[in-house]
Order: sequence, then structure tokens, then C-alpha cells
Amino acid sequence: MSELLKVTHLHKEFGSNVVLKDINLSVKKGEVVVIIGPSGCGKSTFLRCLNGLEEIQGGVITVDGLPVEAGKRDITKLRQKIGMVFQSYELFPHKTVLENIILAPTKVQKRTREDAVKEALELLDKVGLVDKKDYYPRQLSGGQKQRVAIVRALLMHPEVILFDEVTAALDPEMVHEVLETMISLAKSGSTMLIVTHEMGFAKAVADRIIFFDKGDIVEETADVKEFFIQPKTERARKFLKTFAYE
Amino acid sequence: MDKDILIEYLPLYKDALFLTMKIGWQGILLAFVIGLVGSAILYFKVRVVKNILGVYIEVFRNTPLLVQLFFIYFALPKVGVQISAEACGVLGLGLLGGAYMIETFRSGVEAIPIIQSESAASLGMSHFQILWHVILPQAISISVPGILANVIFLLKETSVFSTISLMDLMFTAKDLIGMYAKTIECLFLLVVFYLIMLLPISIIGAVVERRMRYGQFGD
Repeated sequence: MSELLKVTHLHKEFGSNVVLKDINLSVKKGEVVVIIGPSGCGKSTFLRCLNGLEEIQGGVITVDGLPVEAGKRDITKLRQKIGMVFQSYELFPHKTVLENIILAPTKVQKRTREDAVKEALELLDKVGLVDKKDYYPRQLSGGQKQRVAIVRALLMHPEVILFDEVTAALDPEMVHEVLETMISLAKSGSTMLIVTHEMGFAKAVADRIIFFDKGDIVEETADVKEFFIQPKTERARKFLKTFAYE
Repeated sequence: MDKDILIEYLPLYKDALFLTMKIGWQGILLAFVIGLVGSAILYFKVRVVKNILGVYIEVFRNTPLLVQLFFIYFALPKVGVQISAEACGVLGLGLLGGAYMIETFRSGVEAIPIIQSESAASLGMSHFQILWHVILPQAISISVPGILANVIFLLKETSVFSTISLMDLMFTAKDLIGMYAKTIECLFLLVVFYLIMLLPISIIGAVVERRMRYGQFGD
């Protein structure tokens, strides 16, 4: 499989505070990479760098053959290849579900309204929300909002989708419905980078686990099951222990 | 109060009302445009222009409309700029209102979390598309109460137009009192006509507010 996303020597700092140091990562098409790590380890910042929400101070991000170097400001092209789903959904509150979904495809990609609506309804149907198409975001539950946000990102046909702790603001029952949606996405061959604290989900969905700590990749393994039983590094072991209650 | 006098004066007040509304609404439209453009400049943090805008806002907010009108009507011709009294009224009201509208829009724009722009940006939208489709619609609906207050305030401010000999409501009332001394009737009609002009705005405004804000805030 070909390499879709490649990050080399990525460096990010806020003033004198270095949050990501020399990150190297490459993701193949169709791969699901789950990033875990303690709070403040830089994993969310890493995702934000990937689609240009944070300026990087060093390194190169290449998506589908399109490189973006540090200091470059025009990243709209890159962004169209990368979708992102946020922890707080960030649907547009003044637009209905359907309008939220078709806004960018019609305005950015200049697709016809009929075409965008048709695909939007198909995708909404897949996540079981087609009857909510004329609702406003405030009339939906958190889980429903997050599924709409996923559909909204999907309709742009991104090469990679980034998920930034998308279930962290949800009630436990709603976490399940969102994770189900993501698992079926993963099965359909989407390339995904997921930051999460749901370890069970990470185990189920990941092709590869990346453990971040203090702005650095500490452990990286494709042997997902083994990682959760017997991680190689002491730091990962300590981190995983915090999820176990005895 | 003499009923016949009221009826006799009615057409004069009606004409004055039309003139007041005409200038008033043109001025408000200008103020609205200045507000939109100005808040966009502040949003994009356009260098230098942003600072000039700051000076403009402070000058026009902190001087009375009467002074601004005198300046436009009496001082500008001295440097060779001659415009009609009506245009003066529109310009004065528009510039004063513009300063208020920019600040009102700004409060709306700043009420919207940055992550809303980020989520729009992550969908590949340009700065302008984000402002137009995501930020401004939300900002305006947040600012509706403030905008309405500005509209009513600006229409009332038209009462100083009489000083540059525009025959607005105030001018008509003062003129008639001066000529015929029917003070009670004239003032009564003046109050009634201001209410005729302004009350519907409050009522229509409440309806507009409910409709514009439905998406974000519900009923």
C-alpha cells in the first residue's frame, strides 16, 4: 500500500515551550492509527498541526504527494485533503444538519447542491440520522451532533480524517454510537488518525498504536494486542495502568 | 386641545415624517454597510486601516451628532466640498451610526468561539468564506438586540436635522409653534408622529429577532 501521509522532523513550540520535538510518522492508505498518551503530551497539538490549525516551526508534512513546509501559510489545499472532527463537534449552530453538511462541498468544491444533498442524505442514512436532516444542532444530542460532524467531514472526500478526542464530551451511552460509526468507517477503508482515551476502542480499531509523551513518540507498534498486554516501555506501562481498577 | 388644528396640521407632519424616514433609513443603511465593512476589517486585523478605524470610531462616538452635522454642513463648503442638506443628514447619521454598528457587530463576532472558525477552516473554507458563511450570520443574530437599539437611537437622532434646515418632524413642530403658537397641539402631534415612526420598529424588530435567532437560540 502506498504512503499517504508523511511527517518528517516536525517541530512545534509555543514560544520557548517545545510541545512537539522531531516527530516522524508515515501513514499508509487505509491505515487506522490511534494516538494515545497522557493529557498535555502534545497529541492534540500534533493533529492540529497536521491540518494547519497550528503553525509548525520545523519539518515537512506531506499529504498525498503535497508537501507543506514550516513557515508556509497557504494550507487550504492541504486542508481539503484532511478532514477533522473535534471534541466539541463544532457544527454551525445557525444552519440545519443538512446545511451544515453541504456548506463546504458546495462552496469550496463547487459541487452542485443536488449532488451534495444526494450524497449527504446517503451518508446521514448510514449513521441513522436522515430523519434529523432539518433539525438545528441544538435540537440534537451530543452523540448525534458528533455523527453529523463526521458526515460533514466525510462529504469533503478527505484522504485522511483526524479525530481529536471525539467522544471525550459525551455520555457513556453516546460514546458507543459514535465509536460504532468510526469502526464502520475504518472497515470501509478510510485512513484515520485517532486521538482517544477510550482504550477498548483503540484496541478494537487500531492497525497501529502510537504512544505520545512529553511531545515525543515513545512507543510505536503494529502489534496492538501485545501493546495493551505488555507494552515495551516503562512510560506506556505506567500510563496504561491508570486505566485499570482493581 | 383644538381638534381642527390637529387635522389642519396633519398633512404637514405627514410630509415631515416621510422626509425624516427617508433620510433616517438611508443613513441607517449607510451605517449598516460601514458596520459590516468595518467589522470585517477588524476581523481580518488589516494593518493601519484597523488603526484608522479605531480613531474614526472614537471621534464619531464621542462627539454629538449636532457638532458632526455642523462640521459637514458649514465647514466642508469652506474647503470647497458642497453637498445638499439631505446628503449632509444621510452622511452625518451614517457616520455616527457606522461607529456604533462596528462596535455592535464586533461584540457579536467576538462572542463566537475561535474553534468555530477552525472547524470551518478544517473543511477547506477560505478566510472570506468563513467570515461570510460562518461568523457573520452568527454574529449578526447575536447582535440583533444591539442593532435594533442602534436603529431606534439613530432615528431619534434625526431630530437635530432641523438645525441644518431640513424639514423633519422637529423642524415642522418648531416652525408651526413659532408661527401660530399652537404649542400643545404641535407638541402632541410631534410625540404621536415619533411614536408612529418608532413603535412599529420595535414590534417588527421583535419578530425579525425571533426569526433570525431561531437556529441558534430557539423560541
